[in-house]
Amino acid sequence: MRVLVAKPGLDSHDRGAKVVARAYRDAGMEVVYTGLHQTPEEIVEAAIQEDVDVVALSILSGAHTTLVPRVAELLRAQGADDVLLLVGGIIPEDDIPAMLEAGAAGAFGPGSDLDEIVEFTRSNLRRRGA
Amino acid sequence: MEEKDTRVRVPCGPGSRDQGDPAAPAPAPAPCAAADTAAPASPVAPAELPEHRPSGGERRDRFITVSDREIKALYEPSDIADLDHARDLGRPGEFPYTRGVHSTMYRGRLWTMRQFAGFGTAEQSNERYKYLLRHGQTGLSVAFDFPTLLGYDSDHERSRGEVGRLGVAIDTLADMEILFDGIPLGRVSTSMTINAPAAVIWAMYLAVAEKQGVPYEELNGTIQNDILKEYIAQKTFVFPPKPSMRLITDTFAFGAERVPKWNTISISGYHIREAGATAVQELAFTLADGFEYVRAGIEAGLDVDDFAPRLSFFFNSHCDFFEEIAKFRAARRIWARVMKERFGARNPRSMALRFHTQTAGVSLTAQQPENNIVRTAYQALAAVLGGTQSLHTNSMDEAMALPSAHAVKIALRTQQILAEETGVANTVDPLAGSYFVEALTNDMEREAQAYFERIEALGGVIPAIEKSFFQREIADAAYRFQRQVQSGEVSVVGVNRYVEKETGRIELLKISPEVERRQIERLREVKARRDHGRVRDALQAVRDQARGRGNMMPVFLEAVKAYATLGEIMGVLREEFGEYREPAIF
Repeated sequence: MRVLVAKPGLDSHDRGAKVVARAYRDAGMEVVYTGLHQTPEEIVEAAIQEDVDVVALSILSGAHTTLVPRVAELLRAQGADDVLLLVGGIIPEDDIPAMLEAGAAGAFGPGSDLDEIVEFTRSNLRRRGA
Repeated sequence: MEEKDTRVRVPCGPGSRDQGDPAAPAPAPAPCAAADTAAPASPVAPAELPEHRPSGGERRDRFITVSDREIKALYEPSDIADLDHARDLGRPGEFPYTRGVHSTMYRGRLWTMRQFAGFGTAEQSNERYKYLLRHGQTGLSVAFDFPTLLGYDSDHERSRGEVGRLGVAIDTLADMEILFDGIPLGRVSTSMTINAPAAVIWAMYLAVAEKQGVPYEELNGTIQNDILKEYIAQKTFVFPPKPSMRLITDTFAFGAERVPKWNTISISGYHIREAGATAVQELAFTLADGFEYVRAGIEAGLDVDDFAPRLSFFFNSHCDFFEEIAKFRAARRIWARVMKERFGARNPRSMALRFHTQTAGVSLTAQQPENNIVRTAYQALAAVLGGTQSLHTNSMDEAMALPSAHAVKIALRTQQILAEETGVANTVDPLAGSYFVEALTNDMEREAQAYFERIEALGGVIPAIEKSFFQREIADAAYRFQRQVQSGEVSVVGVNRYVEKETGRIELLKISPEVERRQIERLREVKARRDHGRVRDALQAVRDQARGRGNMMPVFLEAVKAYATLGEIMGVLREEFGEYREPAIF
C-alpha cells in the first residue's frame, strides 16, 4: 500500500503531515512525502508517477475549500479517481460536507487519533479492493 | 465591514475522528446541550470511578513534563548545592539577568499586552486593532496572510484560496496606509510577524509613519525578521541562507542608524516549539540562532554593542508550568554569559535578553474549546513568572479558526486579571531560590550547552540546517509526543482524558471568499493609478542594489513609496537571489 502525504498551497505547517507520514510508515505502508508548497498539479503528477493508492492532503491554512476540490478534479481528469483522497488539518465541521462532496473520502481535524486514521485508510482501501 | 462572526458549529466530541466516515457524509449536528441537561438516572458505572490504589504508592511509573523530562518527587538543598547566588542569579536588572532584565520588573511597568491579530482586508484588521486598543491592549501585533509571508501578490496563481485567510493581505503601501489608519504610530508599539519579506514590509511601515509625520526616531516596534527559524521550523522561507542573512544585517545597520528604538529582529523559539520541539530544544535552537545573528552582524562590520541591544526574543509558554519558567530564566542567563564572554559585549543592554511570549497554540484542543481559556491562563502565568516583556494569550477558538472578537476579548481579559487581581506582579522573580525551579534552570542551561556543542560540531547553525539536523530533532520529538498522547502517558483533557461525546457551541470567525476578490480589485486600482516610470526605476534600483553590496533599505523605501507591489519587489529578489528548497524529510 502506497501513500502520498502532500502539502498543497502556501501553508507551511508541516508538523501534522510528518506525524501522519510516520504513523503510516510504522503501520507498514510505503510513504512518499511531497514536502511543502506544492501546487495541486504537482501533487497529482506525483501521485501518478509514484502510483500511490492514497493521497493524504494536509491543510491548516483555510485554503482547503479551494485546494481539495482542485486536487480531486485533477485526479479525475487523469483517470486516477480510484485513488483514495483524504484531507487532514484545520477543517471546520461546516466545511466537511463540501470536502466529501468534492471527492475526499475522509476529513480529519485537530485531535484526531493516529490509529484511527490508519485504520480508516486501510478499511477504505479494502472496500475499494486495492 | 464584512467581518462576520457567524455561528458555526464546532465538532461535538472528539468528532474529528469519525468525521471522515463516508457512511455518514454529513454528520448530523449533535444536540450539544443535551449531555449537560439530561440527568442520567442510571448509577455511575465502575469504569467511571477513580481507580483504587493502595496507599503509599505513586499514581504513575514516571512523572514527566510535556517534553518528556522526568521530574523527581522532591527537590532539596543538595539539588542546588553548586548554585552561587552572585554568579548564577544576581539581582534583577543585573548580570547575568537570571531574575529579570529590569530591577523593578512589573512594579515599574506591566508587560505589554499584545494580541497577534490580522485577517481579511486591511480595513477588517484595522477595525480589530482599534477594538483591541479600546479594550486595553497596550501594543499591536500584525498577522499577515500566507501570500504576504511568501512575497506573492494577491493575484498570483499560488495565492488562490489563501488571501486574507491566516492574516491580513498586504500588496502595496496603500494596504498598509489603511491598516494603520487612525492609529498614531508615534504612540503605539507594533510587532510584525514577517520574515522573508521583513525588510520590505518594514519599509512600508516606515513610509506610513512618514505620511503620518512621525519621525523614525520615535517609532517603537519589532519585525520578526528571523529567517533561521524559518528553515528550522516555520518554513515561510523564500531565499537561500546567504542573501537572507544579508537582508537581515542590512536591517540591523539601518535600524541602528535611523530607527534606534526599533527591534530589528525577534529571534523566535515559538515556532520551533509549535513544530514539536521540546522545551530544551526550543531554548537551545533559539539561542543558537541568536548567536548566529550576532556573528553575522559582527562579520558585516558592525560593532556588537551597536546592534545587540535591539535584538529581542520570542518564546512559547507551554503546558508544563515549572519547566517553562525555568526555560525563561535559563535563557536570560545563557544569553548574558555568552554575549559577555564570547562576543565581548560591554553594553549591559547587549547582554539583557528581552522577550515576547505567546501561549502554546498547539496545546489548544478543538474538543471542549472553553477549556482552552483555562490552559491559556496557566501558560500566561508561567510567562509572567518567567519575566516576559510582552504577552499574547491565545483565544479559545484558535484550534479551529482565527479568533472571533468575543474570544480574543476573553484572552485579553485573562492577562488583565493576571496583572490586576492575582498579585503576581507585585514582586520580582518570586520563584527564585526554589530548590525545584533553580535545579530545573540549571539542568536546562546544561542541556542547552550540550546542544550548542552538537551544532558547532556540525559546522554551525546554517550547515546544521542544510543537514536537516534541527528538522529531524523536531520531527522525532513531535512524533514521540503524539505517541505519548496515543498511549495516555501524556494527558490531554477532552482528547484522551475526560472525553465527551459532545461539546458546546462556540462562534468561529469566517473569512469570506469575497476578501480575495476585493483585494485583487484594490491591487488593480493601485497599479492603474501609480507612476509607472517611477515604479520601473525603483525596481531597477532594487535589482542593481541586490547585485551589489550596499544596504537594501533605501531602495526598498523608494520602491514601496512608488507603490511597487510586494510581489514585484520580492520577484526581483527571487530572480537575483534564487529560491530555497528544503529536502522533504519526515
